[in-house]
Amino acid sequence: MSEIAARMDAAARPPLAVRRPAIGERQVAGALILALCALLVLIIALPLWSLLSKSVQDVDGNFVGVANFVTYVTTPTLMASLFNSVFVATAATAITVPLAFLYAYALTRSRMKLKAVFTAAALLPVFAPSLLSGLALIYLFGNQGILKSWMMGAKLYGPVGIIGAEALYTFPHALLILTTALALSDGRLREAAEALGTSRTRIFRTITLPAARYGLISAVFVVFTLVITDFGIPKVIGGQYAVLATDAYRQVVGQQNFPMGAVVGIILLVPAIAAFLADRGSQKRQSAMLSARAVPYEPKPDARRDWGLFAYCLIVGGAIVATYGVAAWGSFVSYWPYNLSLTLKNYDFAEVEPSGWDGYWNSLKLSGLTAVIGAAVIFSGAYLIEKIKAFPKLRAFAHFLAMLPMAVPGLVLGLGYVFFFNASWNPLSVFYGTLTVLVVNCVAHFFTVAHITALTALKQIDGEFEAVSASLKVPFWTTFGRVTAPICMPAILDIAVYLFVNAMTTVSAVIFLYGADTKLASIAIVHMDEAGAVASAAAMATVIMATAIGVKVLHVALTALVFGRLQRWRRR
Amino acid sequence: MTASEGVANPFLSVRKLNKLFGAFHALKDIDLDVARGEFVCFLGPSGCGKTTLLRAIAGLDPQNSGQITIGGRDVSNAPPSERDFGIVFQSYALFPNLTVAKNVGYGLVNRGRPRAEIAARVAELLALVGLPEQGEKFPGQLSGGQQQRVALARALATSPGLLLLDEPLSALDAKVRVRLRDQIRALQQQLGVTTIMVTHDQEEALAMADRIVVMNHGVIEQIGSPAEIYGAPKTPFVADFVGHMTFLDAVVAGPGRVRVGALEFLVAGDAGHPAGSSVRLAMRPETVRTRSIRDDEPNRFEARIGELAFLGSFCRATLEPTGSAGCRITAEFSANAIRDLAIAEGQVRAVSFPPESLRVFAGFPS
Repeated sequence: MSEIAARMDAAARPPLAVRRPAIGERQVAGALILALCALLVLIIALPLWSLLSKSVQDVDGNFVGVANFVTYVTTPTLMASLFNSVFVATAATAITVPLAFLYAYALTRSRMKLKAVFTAAALLPVFAPSLLSGLALIYLFGNQGILKSWMMGAKLYGPVGIIGAEALYTFPHALLILTTALALSDGRLREAAEALGTSRTRIFRTITLPAARYGLISAVFVVFTLVITDFGIPKVIGGQYAVLATDAYRQVVGQQNFPMGAVVGIILLVPAIAAFLADRGSQKRQSAMLSARAVPYEPKPDARRDWGLFAYCLIVGGAIVATYGVAAWGSFVSYWPYNLSLTLKNYDFAEVEPSGWDGYWNSLKLSGLTAVIGAAVIFSGAYLIEKIKAFPKLRAFAHFLAMLPMAVPGLVLGLGYVFFFNASWNPLSVFYGTLTVLVVNCVAHFFTVAHITALTALKQIDGEFEAVSASLKVPFWTTFGRVTAPICMPAILDIAVYLFVNAMTTVSAVIFLYGADTKLASIAIVHMDEAGAVASAAAMATVIMATAIGVKVLHVALTALVFGRLQRWRRR
Repeated sequence: MTASEGVANPFLSVRKLNKLFGAFHALKDIDLDVARGEFVCFLGPSGCGKTTLLRAIAGLDPQNSGQITIGGRDVSNAPPSERDFGIVFQSYALFPNLTVAKNVGYGLVNRGRPRAEIAARVAELLALVGLPEQGEKFPGQLSGGQQQRVALARALATSPGLLLLDEPLSALDAKVRVRLRDQIRALQQQLGVTTIMVTHDQEEALAMADRIVVMNHGVIEQIGSPAEIYGAPKTPFVADFVGHMTFLDAVVAGPGRVRVGALEFLVAGDAGHPAGSSVRLAMRPETVRTRSIRDDEPNRFEARIGELAFLGSFCRATLEPTGSAGCRITAEFSANAIRDLAIAEGQVRAVSFPPESLRVFAGFPS
């Protein structure tokens, strides 16, 4: 460093004057964290509290203790739906999880061709409202189904249809968990076993299965919860077969029996909370199993295994695409199955549903606002929780509230919103039925996954940026805008797309909350199906699916742009 | 140990500083003074509290009690943004989405200086750290050593009164580390900026620091110049942590004399241990003498050369004094000595340890 001598005055000049901010960073941080806590209390804690308190009141609002629960267990029809729910959820779980496990195994542990195509095929149900799989089964096996003969006289409308449709709808959710679990494995363990001459079945039994054990537990709980809390599928294909979710709807919307609706909501909360705790527990153990020095497993080519798994994925993935494809096709057909000529008349929604296409535009507005507002609020909130060092207790409280929605099924949160935002004492009840409350509900409903995504991204960036900024007298919000948010842009996009797709396809929470002017596409589907216009219902579901897939494709393209052109610094 | 040891008018002073993490007492009553323009290293094993102390001085992890004064101003309760320091981390903590120039100018932009002035200052700083013409690159395009120099330039940009370096060299390759260590030291001396560096690498501390603060278990074991720390360690921990040291159980035989088994050693100072008390005798391996030893030389004894490990420029040997079974002393012989004297395993040679090179510490309580 010979230049130093010549430059020695460069850094030795007197310090530059510091423009001290008018208001301290600590105060701003405190105010923001307080605001975050207040928001989360308002949109998550208070609605849940309303639900809990409603369940111990009678219709007139008097405290009655556990009387409602006693009524519930002593009413045979209500108890029957509880058993029905548990039965279909168990059956769907028993079908979906093994199927998804083998599919995940094929995607992670083989050298099979077309893995990306098979992944995309299996994820298709994520982009449609759950009830589309029900509509598709009606097209195939219903009274006018083209494959009705396959049912051999059995009735589709009821447990059979629910279980089949739920298996389709929950497949990608189980698959995502199991793929992650199987991908996280130490390749050296397997190589060591192979070097010792271990047989293939013994490797599977002693290495593969134990490593994926926690993923399997998670998948079982998640699928069970999804099924037991799903409203759309039993609504369209359940016939007279009552389950908890349809009971809750009937109690609240049909009979205005809020306390009994609250009781059903709390019963639905039990498996969801169990699933949440099981998932958290297993995640902790899963990550502990994998040391930082683990080497990912690279499968070697094996023609018999690879082509066998290929055939399996072709059948399962093909079945998923074909089923959803039939629903989309059916929506263009004149008169299923007698006149298969194509038409657009089913897309003229005004014919069968007063709100017509308005429902779709409302859904687009809702999804767009949920994506933009949700991504901004959730990412900023995660930043405050993760990166600000002050106020540890408040931050822990905010984090707890942010994790809560994961354990709350949409239907239950929706009930909470009804009880909270519809209450006569609540000045916020002016928002009931407006787009505002729908957006707030969607943000709250899908908060946790987005929050975890944001936290993961934030944890990956250097923990000392805030310290460096402070030493340079730059306030944290400047660094957030100039550095942290731009670095996390891919994660922010992920969050926005996740929120958009879910807001677009959700039925369960919003079914209680829409107003006359804010009917959503997914709700219009339920109503059109109720009115017997199955083709129009399928048409609306197809529009939703196409929109969600379109947004996902746009996301992929945008991510490529962000990584390629706008974020030149990512290239080495 | 007094706080103001040798520092008349300190730039930084720390008084009775305590820091707790839950029940863990990370810093215990720390007192420290640093003179203006001084380069001080905090040295110690991981978990000794050195980084905690640095972060407390910066205000990043505020202390539970105690006082910190920087440049005459009590900043004990001031947030980091109101303390006058620049900081460099082991991870560099460069903003990956900003160019090198924007990183270096990050703290200047906020002060509302004209753009041309900022650009000129950034160019000056990049030249200062030996990276001219690299301003338009992104941090990811530079090597680790270059990134750390950018981080240094960024920390110096606002001309802070205090420069804090948190293990700045630990993430670098050995060769780069030695080069950058000399560059940082030269830069610090020429700018005269008061600097504190945290390190667990004793060689780094000995090579760079004006004074070293050796820490262990949240307390300061010793503060002193590199020569003092190495040559006159005040505690067995310092003696053992800095450099190699053989410890032998010994008994004080009289003033300036200790006995180890059948051997008696003269020591320059016995630290006032009464005759008959058990002590530990500490000897540095490299203070051994074996060339042309006179018969009347103090601390002369015959020893068998045990294992001889070749370590490049020197060899490390285990000495087994004849007539003192079980006594093992580590000694280092230069490659020259090995060659000239044909030292080999199994030989019995006369060796000596000069009295002024030996240290006596209290024995383990029995």
